[in-house]
Amino acid sequence: MQAVSPYREAANIIIEEGGEPLNLCYQCGLCSATCPWNLVRSFPVHMMIHEAQLGLVDFESEEVWQCVACRACVQRCPRGVEIPDIMRALRRAIVSLGIAKVPDSLRITVKNVSSVGNPLGEAAEKRADWAKDMDVSTFIEGTELLYFACCIQAYDPMIQKVARATVNILKKAQVDFGILGAKQTCCGESVRKAGMESVFQSLAQNNISVFTEAGVKTILVTSPHCYHTFTQEYPKFGGNFEVIHFSQYLARLIKDGRLKFTKELNKKVTYHDSCCLGRYAGIYDEPRQILESIPGLELVEMRDNRENSLCCGGCAGRLWMETKKGERFSDIRIEQALETGANTLAVFCPYCMLNFEDSVLTTDKAGIIEVKDIAELVQEAI
Amino acid sequence: MEDKVRIGVYICHCGTNIAGVVDVKEVTEFTRGLPSVVMAKDYIYMCSDPGQNMIKDDIKELGLSRVVVASCSPRMHERTFRQACQEAGLNPYLFDMANIREQDSWVTEDHSAATTKAKALVSAAVRRVSRQESLEVKEVPVSSSVLIVGGGIAGVQAALEIGNSEHKVYLVEREPSIGGHMAQFDKTFPTLDCASCIFTPLLSAVGHHSYIELLTHSEVEEVSGYIGNYKVKIRKRARYVDESKCTGCGVCIEKCPWKVDSEFDEGLAKRKAIYTLFPQAVPNVPVIDTEHCVYFLKGTCRACEKFCDAKAIDFEQKDELVEVEVGGIIVATGYQAFDPSTIAWYGYGRYDNVITALQFERMCNASGPTRGKIVLKDGSEPKSVAIIHCVGSRDKNYHEYCSRVCCMYALKYSHLIKEKTSAEVYQMYIDMRCFGKGYEEFYKRLSDEGINFIRGKAGEVTDRTITEEEQGKLVVVCQDTLLGSLIRVPVDMVILCTALEARSDAEGVARLFNISRSADGFFMERHPKLDPVATMTDGTFVVGCCQGPKDIPDTVAQASAAAARVLSMISKGRIEIEAATAMIDEELCSGCKICNTLCPFNAISFEEEKEVSQINQALCKGCGTCAAACPSGAITARHFTTEQIMAEIEGVLV
Ligand SMILES: Cc1cc2nc3c(=O)[nH]c(=O)nc-3n(C[C@H](O)[C@H](O)[C@H](O)COP(=O)(O)OP(=O)(O)OC[C@H]3O[C@@H](n4cnc5c(N)ncnc54)[C@H](O)[C@@H]3O)c2cc1C
Ligand code: SF4
Ligand code: SF4
Repeated sequence: MQAVSPYREAANIIIEEGGEPLNLCYQCGLCSATCPWNLVRSFPVHMMIHEAQLGLVDFESEEVWQCVACRACVQRCPRGVEIPDIMRALRRAIVSLGIAKVPDSLRITVKNVSSVGNPLGEAAEKRADWAKDMDVSTFIEGTELLYFACCIQAYDPMIQKVARATVNILKKAQVDFGILGAKQTCCGESVRKAGMESVFQSLAQNNISVFTEAGVKTILVTSPHCYHTFTQEYPKFGGNFEVIHFSQYLARLIKDGRLKFTKELNKKVTYHDSCCLGRYAGIYDEPRQILESIPGLELVEMRDNRENSLCCGGCAGRLWMETKKGERFSDIRIEQALETGANTLAVFCPYCMLNFEDSVLTTDKAGIIEVKDIAELVQEAI
Repeated sequence: MEDKVRIGVYICHCGTNIAGVVDVKEVTEFTRGLPSVVMAKDYIYMCSDPGQNMIKDDIKELGLSRVVVASCSPRMHERTFRQACQEAGLNPYLFDMANIREQDSWVTEDHSAATTKAKALVSAAVRRVSRQESLEVKEVPVSSSVLIVGGGIAGVQAALEIGNSEHKVYLVEREPSIGGHMAQFDKTFPTLDCASCIFTPLLSAVGHHSYIELLTHSEVEEVSGYIGNYKVKIRKRARYVDESKCTGCGVCIEKCPWKVDSEFDEGLAKRKAIYTLFPQAVPNVPVIDTEHCVYFLKGTCRACEKFCDAKAIDFEQKDELVEVEVGGIIVATGYQAFDPSTIAWYGYGRYDNVITALQFERMCNASGPTRGKIVLKDGSEPKSVAIIHCVGSRDKNYHEYCSRVCCMYALKYSHLIKEKTSAEVYQMYIDMRCFGKGYEEFYKRLSDEGINFIRGKAGEVTDRTITEEEQGKLVVVCQDTLLGSLIRVPVDMVILCTALEARSDAEGVARLFNISRSADGFFMERHPKLDPVATMTDGTFVVGCCQGPKDIPDTVAQASAAAARVLSMISKGRIEIEAATAMIDEELCSGCKICNTLCPFNAISFEEEKEVSQINQALCKGCGTCAAACPSGAITARHFTTEQIMAEIEGVLV
């Protein structure tokens, strides 16, 4: 191998793009040993960090796009290095300087988001179509809650059922809520993690002004990705709203007796902690409390649970990128779910749902295990 | 202002440290115009002998009655200049210092702003010094006995140093025997000396020493007084065995039918309800563990009593309170090992053959639970062993610091494993830290014995096997950062190098002895470089691992250092106490007691008869907390009077 020399300029660009946590890394390798990619292929995280420290990153490499930002590594890193921030900085450097190619599938998706406000490329006006026949009020000043359905729940015909279940539950509990529909856009969470900072910022600004103009105080979300963005990222752009994830809200409705179960659900269920709700937001108990309160339902745990949950593989833009068969975390997760003997895999995140639905089909598990959002399970039992 | 005030001011260049930024000539010129200043000079190094002589000469020749030096921080040289004043016959409290280095030239590159600030600081010091008063430094006599708390190698070493100089030592140890962690070991790095061969002679010397009074199974309950004159209450817990009668034959232990996990053997073996810690325990007198003794629990048994020919068992024994007076205190309470079960992915508590370093020490010890044999839970010999470094150390999730001994004992283990078994040894390390004398050589020697080094922090210990070869083994999963690939090492035994941490009761002990703790929980020394064994409480010292993780050589060095400090105090027979203390005007004191609890040095007490608070001058450090808090304005902090401080402020502002 040829000798290399440190390239400070590149290192400085990475740092400017938000990669400064890399300075703390002392190269113990624990991140590489912890990363779920180990289950399917190698991903030497610590080496990428070291290359970034010295400005010697190979920007052309597909590894730049590999991290799913699951934070499994951050949780254990002895120096507390925010590794996904470093990975994001590499992507931002590519996007802002054009020094390498952005993977095609990702590029197209982001183009959709920036032109029509959602990754699916659907028309903005159709954003509230899922609720057409449901008699849902439009949010007006004074309404208690704004229900913000994520793009996938709003547009994907397979997942719209989650938004509908949510509405049914809210109505049953007589909650004062409304939706905004066409004006709002994608929250921008994955777009940002994929390195598209300017697209993210315009999405954030749009949503913040739409919410502010409508007089929104409290936002209810059914995607943990929206939850993360609204709580952790929007405040830096002036968007300060009270944000509640549906897991928290549902747990409260049940506890306060505003929602009563009338049916037994004879299912053996295992719950998948999504990275965004778990490791990012620290919400582990509420989903379990909800499931355990459903009559007849038996809750079992997978071997990797809570803080150690295995990522579905869909975050940080990876949902829009092709992952080869045999390398999909969601396939392994389905196996883990089956090991418990469960017939239902409960989720609380649209990305997880998409990935798992896909895995169930492509690995021929339909009929053996079904994937359900917790909102759907609750709807069935009330 | 009295007209006889004659102030001399010296502006120091400190080489270029000050003069490179501050225009010292301009400041000197400015100073000459300040009230009562009869002379102002600048000089390159005021702290040098010529600089000090200049002050002395000027005091004598010009009749200076006050001196100001504008230079560095008082922490550096206040003592130097006060001394110079004193030598020239001027009371040292008539001196003041303006810090134009740390607070000025070092914190800006703006020359003109720095010069302006220097003028303000000098002007403040000049105005203040003219209001300062002479204070007399008092001396108090010192008790020549010493209290040492904790009987590990640190406490033992300090006790022998002081005892050998024929001064009385009270050595208080919580456990039934002295020895601490070192007594648990088999061999010690880097020389591989047998721990008991080098340690038991010291333990027995302590046991028989005519100047050392050993109080084992005891704890300090209360400390009052101050440097030179501490009063200490010690609770000697009942052993239920009469020390004066016991011959140490051990028949009681043999006959006791009740077994519990042995703490000394780290749970690898059982001990009886009546027990000694280890065969060479000092004193060699058993103790009854009332939490497990069936007589204490249910009122029956008394087997030990029946068999003891010496009639030494005494179920009626009571705790004893002993009160002693000592001049100095050495705290040597050591460390505890980090509990690795909190790092779930290393499997401690889940897999039988994942053990801690201390468990391994006991296993290697000839008088330990396996009589020195390295064995798996099922009694067989391991064919491969992994040693995982930094478990709980160098990790912000647990302890950020390096525990300083693990790399070295891990190497020691490699040797012991190689010596006693034919097993392969794998070390999962982040950095090898072998910094001490003879340590790198030890590393080389051990490398030569053929150890597998894997550079990376182990990610997981698991029984989820993949290959045939892994069947029935524990697999250590680790990123080998040198290979750049994930490595799976199947082994029979895993040893976790757990961090050394502050004892869980360190907070209470710190409060008892009025010492502070650093962020890592260990006791804090007065100065990390220049005063490493003293604490902020005069006359109280910290040594060994209670101050921070360290090896035996460093522990012993600290213990000897503290002994020397204590002896120098005792041999002088008296100590000077702070003159700039606070005092209470009894006429003004309303008896509200607000100050009593605020004093960080516990110097204030309440005199019930007169209904006023009182400050113990020997304990007061002059911090001024009470003076600031007193609602009646009854407290004056000498050398920091309101008048002096107001004058100083005025000086800055004009
Ligand atoms: C696994 C392991 C292996 C090691 N191997 C080596 C080696 O080979 N070579 C080497 O140089 N170093 C080694 N060390 C380091 C060594 O253990 C320490 O340097 C040494 O034991 C420190 O002694 P100490 O007296 O400060 O503390 P300790 O040994 O902890 O002794 C403290 C004593 O104080 C007592 N005590 C605690 N609190 C109180 C209280 N409140 N009142 C009264 N008494 C109290 C305790 O019971 C104990 O007896 C090793 C450390 C570990 C963890
Ligand atoms: S775990 Fe943290 S410190 Fe260790 S190599 Fe990874 S980023 Fe660096
Ligand atoms: S965030 Fe997840 S995918 Fe990314 S490097 Fe860390 S462990 Fe791997």
